Amino acid sequence: MTAYETVEADVLVLGAGGAGLRAAIAAADAGARVLVVCKSLLGKAHTVMAEGGVAAAMHNVAYQDSWEVHFADTMKGGKLINDWRMAELHAKESPERVLELERWGAVFDRTWQGRIHQRPFGAHTYPRLAHIGDRTGLELIRTLQDRAVHMNGIGVHMETTVFKVLKADGNVAGALAYRRSDGSLILYRCGALVLASGGAGKMYRVTSNSWESTGDGTALAYDAGAQLRDMEMVQFHPTGMVWPAGVRGILVTEGVRGEGGVLRNRQGERFMERYDQERMELSSRDVVARAINSEVAAGRGTPHGGAYLDITHRKPEFIKSKLPSMYEQFLKLANVDITKQPMEVAPTIHYAMGGVRVEAESGATTVPGLYAAGEVASGLHGANRLGGNSLSDLLVFGKRAGEAAAASINANSTAARAGIDQDDVDRAIAELMGPVDRPAGESPYKLMAEIQDVMSKYAPIVRNGPELEEGLEKILELHARSKSCGTGGSSTLAFNPGWHTAFDLGSLLVNAEALLRSALERKESRGAHARSDHPKTADDLTTVNYVVEKTTDGMHVRAERQPPMPAYLAEVLTESHARYTPEATE
Amino acid sequence: MTEVSNVDLKIWRGDSKAGELVTYRVPVREGMVVLDAVLWVQANMASDLAVRWNCKAAKCGSCSAEIDGFPRLMCKTPITEYGGEVTVGPMKAFPLIKDLVTDVSWNYEVNRQIPQFTPSEKDLTSSEPWRMQQKDVERVMEFRKCIECFLCQDVCHVLRAHDLKSAFYGPRLMVRMASLEMHPRDVLDRRPLLKGKAGVGYCNVTKCCTEVCPEHIHITDNAIIPLKERMDDAYFDPVRSLIQRIGGGPKKTPAGGDQTPGR
Repeated sequence: MTAYETVEADVLVLGAGGAGLRAAIAAADAGARVLVVCKSLLGKAHTVMAEGGVAAAMHNVAYQDSWEVHFADTMKGGKLINDWRMAELHAKESPERVLELERWGAVFDRTWQGRIHQRPFGAHTYPRLAHIGDRTGLELIRTLQDRAVHMNGIGVHMETTVFKVLKADGNVAGALAYRRSDGSLILYRCGALVLASGGAGKMYRVTSNSWESTGDGTALAYDAGAQLRDMEMVQFHPTGMVWPAGVRGILVTEGVRGEGGVLRNRQGERFMERYDQERMELSSRDVVARAINSEVAAGRGTPHGGAYLDITHRKPEFIKSKLPSMYEQFLKLANVDITKQPMEVAPTIHYAMGGVRVEAESGATTVPGLYAAGEVASGLHGANRLGGNSLSDLLVFGKRAGEAAAASINANSTAARAGIDQDDVDRAIAELMGPVDRPAGESPYKLMAEIQDVMSKYAPIVRNGPELEEGLEKILELHARSKSCGTGGSSTLAFNPGWHTAFDLGSLLVNAEALLRSALERKESRGAHARSDHPKTADDLTTVNYVVEKTTDGMHVRAERQPPMPAYLAEVLTESHARYTPEATE
Repeated sequence: MTEVSNVDLKIWRGDSKAGELVTYRVPVREGMVVLDAVLWVQANMASDLAVRWNCKAAKCGSCSAEIDGFPRLMCKTPITEYGGEVTVGPMKAFPLIKDLVTDVSWNYEVNRQIPQFTPSEKDLTSSEPWRMQQKDVERVMEFRKCIECFLCQDVCHVLRAHDLKSAFYGPRLMVRMASLEMHPRDVLDRRPLLKGKAGVGYCNVTKCCTEVCPEHIHITDNAIIPLKERMDDAYFDPVRSLIQRIGGGPKKTPAGGDQTPGR
């Protein structure tokens, strides 16, 4: 049997992005001994990619803004299938979380009065996004990182991948992980585990996500018996780079449109007029993404199959100060000076609204001792996430999950750590080591490319039943093939990306299957989920979520109705100025 | 730009004990960057080629390497800049783990030694949101752009050629200290640390770090030199020193890096 080291912690946090770090800080503040385990180096998590800002109704720019309007924007943008309690907590608490960040050293752009500046963003009724240029995510992660590493109760294991969540008596009691550098194994024994591992954008070929976004947390939770929710809801960000081929998918911040950028088709027409006359370019992401998709499908796309995003009417100094990294990115990677030329953009897979089902107050999943926060969790964003709501999500629910995880530590959970079944450990290790034992098996890189091709082809921006069926069949075939996949040729345990990719495949396949099965069940078009065979939004599905569970005979999806919204929230929704997004499916 | 259909990528393969440059022929696509080529090699020719990368958009600072000997981000370097042949090696200032991956943990350890952002008690307990002017925060914004790629650390001759990691924190951490020292609400005095363990005096202003910074931070001019001036004001003021000598007052003892008295 392969040897492993045993490490103890009260709270194990999986992931060191915004949610993971905020959870770790909260748990350590509550007195827990915390260990953060992350796949990359500290500070490199996907949060650094967030550009536009963090949404919080601080009303520094628009005095009319309030939590009620933010709540209504979030619900309406999410097409009402959001967990309303999460949306309420998020809208109420995000201003405090942003101000707290500032007290920890974060620096935001200012208004002329010296308050935190807020920029307009898609489907937010008022200017609401606190930001620093177009690198707000970096500011957020650096602030949390510096705070976390200076706290006594927090340890960090970098470049370490968790491949199994272990239970004892039905409670989470630990996890297994390998170190990238040398392939050595660690058994973590913990009282509670917070999943903060992000999304699964790597299911698709064209994505703004990094290699890390393979949906590990969702797959680990599913495997541990937790329920998933809204898995059909993945967001295409309307504006990714399209050219040159090497940079296809890299994000172009919504901040470009927030600062006045306009979208045009090949004929120079400002086509958003036809899709959302009122909000134009600042409509919600699902609408703008589908609009670009429709323009391209109708033959009005740019030479490389996208739309033009033009901000040249703004002064060069303004562009360089408000969008410095976009200026740099296009100049360097595409040889385009955005102060003089329009950008070419097209939708790119960006975010998973669905994920692990959590309780609004605590981030508790349906497995005792297992918590989730951030992109890996579901509920806040419903069928479509508004820009800026992700960074505030991380802060609000990262804190809540960290606190709840720490509070759950007691004598019982400490005792339970000792009860991990050795057979579970051995089996999981054997499975992880499989590819190393058969290095010449099918190449994991090839299998990953095939998964991406299947998902891009059969679960695209506008879906239909027969294609989803076919995609599911293909994903199940790939699942079977992945069981015998190798490492691409080498059986070394030292920093072997071929071996690591073989593990990632398993996570991606769970996410892909859950997406396809849920998408087949939701027979309507809503938010990010558009079906050409069911183009209308079905009123009776407004309060329905699709829940995914592991059963003895495989993955099972069922519809579940949400409890009715309390009167005070329903009132907020009807009385708010927040506008509904038009459904644009044809 | 040179038009090429293939490029010979010479990648350093090996670990801390032994290694060599291995040549891989890679088909060039339009707009290809060095990282694309390295990942193509990984997927098609050398599955166990070790390389760090994340965002592929010059925002995370993971894919630092020495490309034809020059420290750069692989994701930001068009391969066509090099014609038909290019050499890619790991950063040399850090211990090698494998292939293009180095052990950069020292930077994280040093960061923990720098006392974190510390506002005044009054600011901390105030229930009012802080007011700061844009021009005041802009000064530190430049430093906060740092993506921790550690290319500046790699090129710094104090660390690279003389391996004086025990005496000098290096440009990245000087930028970090500048971002704290010049924050309008920070009240901690890190000058004893600057003079002591951080060793700002070791920098002899060759500006190599500024040259390689992918975020174009003026590391030497805007961070290190002002920090040197701060330290000099505190410890090497000629007028004060003269007064002390004449008056025979208590000699100022240089505070060690571990003590950080409040201002």
